[in-house]
Amino acid sequence: MDRITARFHVTWPGFTLDLNLNLPGRGVTAIFGQSGSGKTTLLRCIAGLERAERGFLSFNGEVWQDDRTFLPTHKRPLGYVFQEASLFPHLSVLGNLRYGLTRSKAEQRVSLDHAIELLGIGGLLERKPERLSGGERQRVGIARALAVSPRILLMDEPLAALDMARKQEILPYLERLRDELEIPVLYVTHSPDEVGRLANYLVALESGAVVAQGPLAETLARLDLPIRLGEERGVVLEGIVAERDERWHLERVAFPGGSLWMRDRGLPLGHTVRMRVPSGGISLSRLPQQDSSILNTLAGVVEAIGDDDHPAHSLVRVRIGESVLLARITKRSVAVLCLQPGVPVWAQIKSVAVAQ
Amino acid sequence: MFLDSGDLQAIWLTIRLASIVTAILLVVGTPIAWWLARSRSRWKGPIGATVALPLVLPPSVLGFYLLLAMGPNGPVGHLTRTLGIEPLPFTFWGLVLASVFYSLPFMVQPLQNAFEAVGDRPLEVAATLRASPLDTFFTVALPMALPGYLTASILTFAHTVGEFGVVLMIGGNIPGATRVASVQIYDHVEALEYGQAHRLAAVMLIFSFLVLLALYAWRPNARKG
Repeated sequence: MDRITARFHVTWPGFTLDLNLNLPGRGVTAIFGQSGSGKTTLLRCIAGLERAERGFLSFNGEVWQDDRTFLPTHKRPLGYVFQEASLFPHLSVLGNLRYGLTRSKAEQRVSLDHAIELLGIGGLLERKPERLSGGERQRVGIARALAVSPRILLMDEPLAALDMARKQEILPYLERLRDELEIPVLYVTHSPDEVGRLANYLVALESGAVVAQGPLAETLARLDLPIRLGEERGVVLEGIVAERDERWHLERVAFPGGSLWMRDRGLPLGHTVRMRVPSGGISLSRLPQQDSSILNTLAGVVEAIGDDDHPAHSLVRVRIGESVLLARITKRSVAVLCLQPGVPVWAQIKSVAVAQ
Repeated sequence: MFLDSGDLQAIWLTIRLASIVTAILLVVGTPIAWWLARSRSRWKGPIGATVALPLVLPPSVLGFYLLLAMGPNGPVGHLTRTLGIEPLPFTFWGLVLASVFYSLPFMVQPLQNAFEAVGDRPLEVAATLRASPLDTFFTVALPMALPGYLTASILTFAHTVGEFGVVLMIGGNIPGATRVASVQIYDHVEALEYGQAHRLAAVMLIFSFLVLLALYAWRPNARKG
């Protein structure tokens, strides 16, 4: 499989970036961290917009940077989406889209029509950027990056400058990109929601260093790392809508290892759904609970137990078939239930949210 | 006739001089302004100050040095002799060369501001869209800096029209070669031809006012571009 290998060392006054990454050559890799963690610098180094004094970068075996080579940005087969759409003000939307298209000699993997259709901007082509809304501008920016038929798409917080409504407007398009295009996407963000919704692979940065990297679900379920999406820890499960219960307005989402009943959101059967399961919303018991209001109870096995932030709490990783859940329960409960790795448990899931 | 043939000749010469100087400075000033806007070199300060010198120097000082440079013992003089061209002082082309130096800041500074206003981002965007640096300059930086080009050209043209001291130092007062409108007015006054001086002065005044009016009326739009 294609891979991206990146090693960068950057020293600026008050900031050091020292990274060694080996990223998958497909799917969405979220580069997640607070501001100042170096995530944008990493992306700019990969694009060649910033030159790390010491670095190595290869994409599918092609060396873009080493001690002797530094491929300039315009010769790298990438697409880049900036935080602000940064459309050329002197060109129309179509002029912006064509700018890169006419200059990319690469085979046309993404046709202009496809990019326009993917981002839903067919009606805007003759307009000038100043006459677009923020969300429309960013969609044009994404389509413009796609129109060069990049072999990798780099996105630097493409939603950060937009309000909630505009984010919701664009996220479905990003999901389509992820699901329909065969190119890897490096997605820089500080938003847990966007990670939960889009990422397949997670790289967490802190102060210019990698604190965790791996497939999303696996990385979120690690007990030794302080990776959290939002207020509390939790995992993301991806499944498909498998069944609809018309009477109770519920739908069943099947994921590898089990399934969960959720409020019916009217999604078609077979539709892919990402669910966030926060660790505070799970309780554990040794026996199945019969007379409970809780809809979802899953049988699993304790895999590991670790500490949470507060000394009263433990984090218990429970394996459910091919998936894992992370449950936050009190240390007293761990002791009372005699939980330890290998013990079978029932996980009651009080809350599941569709990732959005 | 409102103006006599000498006046018309002087006006025509002035327009020719200002046009040629503006054209030359568009070519010469662009790379200087681009470098000043983009460079982080420690030479940026000294070069920027040198370009701005004609703003503060008395024209006679500038003219004096240029005269020495173009004279038989100056570097430009050597060059013209080696190339077998007539010496530049007291010729139209000597005047052109002097004016290029004299009007340089009026071209470079507006262009530099315009390029700085373009910023890094559009250039980075162009690079990610496969445009080489030269391609980026002509297809992104130049169109985005177009309002700056208009301002710079108008200022350069108008400033060259308004030259007097440097003309006297370098060009003297040769009809059809170096006698521009400002010198012609001076001549009229010296000869006590106040009526003719009035008419030509009025033409210059109206021209200058119209140029500045065009510039100020146009500027608000330029901001948007």
